Amino acid sequence: MDILWAQGTALTAREVGKLISDRDLAPTTVMTVLDRLTRKGFLTRTRDGRAWRYQPVRSRDAYVAELMLEALDLTGDRSAALTRFAQAVSDDEAEILRKALLELEEE
Amino acid sequence: MIAAVALALLSIGCVVAAWRLASARWTWRAPRIAILLWQSIGLTWGLASTGALLAYALQPYGQGVVYGLHRYFDSAISLGLGRGLRTPYDLSRSVAFVAGVALLALLIAVLVAAIWQTLRARRRHRMLLSLTAREDPHVPGVRILDHPGATAYCVPGLRAEVVVSAGALRLLSKDELAAVLAHEDAHVRERHDLVLLPFAALRRAIPWARIVRDAQASVALLVEMAADDRARRHCSPRRLATALLRFGTAGGVPTPQGAIGAAGHVMARVNRLIQPGAELPRPFRYGMLALSAVLTVSAPCLWVMPH
Repeated sequence: MDILWAQGTALTAREVGKLISDRDLAPTTVMTVLDRLTRKGFLTRTRDGRAWRYQPVRSRDAYVAELMLEALDLTGDRSAALTRFAQAVSDDEAEILRKALLELEEE
Repeated sequence: MIAAVALALLSIGCVVAAWRLASARWTWRAPRIAILLWQSIGLTWGLASTGALLAYALQPYGQGVVYGLHRYFDSAISLGLGRGLRTPYDLSRSVAFVAGVALLALLIAVLVAAIWQTLRARRRHRMLLSLTAREDPHVPGVRILDHPGATAYCVPGLRAEVVVSAGALRLLSKDELAAVLAHEDAHVRERHDLVLLPFAALRRAIPWARIVRDAQASVALLVEMAADDRARRHCSPRRLATALLRFGTAGGVPTPQGAIGAAGHVMARVNRLIQPGAELPRPFRYGMLALSAVLTVSAPCLWVMPH
């Protein structure tokens, strides 16, 4: 996935395999992984002769943003899927906390 | 008839207790006991409300709810022949029966739907994490999300994952980060997600009910306090408090809807970290534990009680 994001163009399984230099993976392994990611909706593929070319559906940042929305409980579905350390507060309220933080740090 | 009346009173009692507990402040000094009490109130309310309707509806069988249900479905299967009742049902009992079964089915369906939805959301979240998050040798066992916003959370489950954003790493000192991780670790160990699940489910099902909203908010806060209490055994409570305040003042991220009063909750947590209140008197603590035990046992007893 990182390789596909870094390249910015659609790649075939063989090209991806060549770019994974740190591990010696069998072409079939790469193909299986790409196929699974496609079925899960993270990649799209187009025919190119006898091979498939794979391309990410969304950018890495888009997925990070999605994770962040859930992490900050901004999706609005109020599920108990995650347990968060602290909630975000509005700007007016943040002022109260800022004062409290200063007091604590001065002591 | 006694069982039906007792169950109805129990159901009302639970609502009153929930209303009192939502505004009680002793709960902050003993969050674990309060969480236990909330759970028994929730469970008892569900069983008592459905039980009251069913006990009234099935009273002609004269043997209690569980036995009555058994007989009812027995006779329904044999199309009213055989061991069923001779006298036909009157209207009010039929309505009570339908209402009771519908409420019970609704409560179960809401819970099952919430579990399913939660598991699905977590699975997707994990998948995205495995694609985008990185690991840092300086903070082992923690996934790092490359985002300037400040957040720290855990994805609960059998293989729980603790996630910290790059923004949060920049924001916190080393000790504060350790305190945050200790807090998240407490969530993971005590499976607080399971505590929250039924309350969150009920809130999603009936978002207009104020009492349900208050209950969910109190339990959510109590769970955080319980995690703070566990974390303070492993780290400096002061660092945990400053970490909390730093998150609150980080800004740069939009505020979720309905987060009004979040600062109040943060301050409540900070205050009890800096100046922990005296422990509650022993008789009071045991009293509350006994109350929650009695509540939990009472509704099932009334379900099997004849008459």
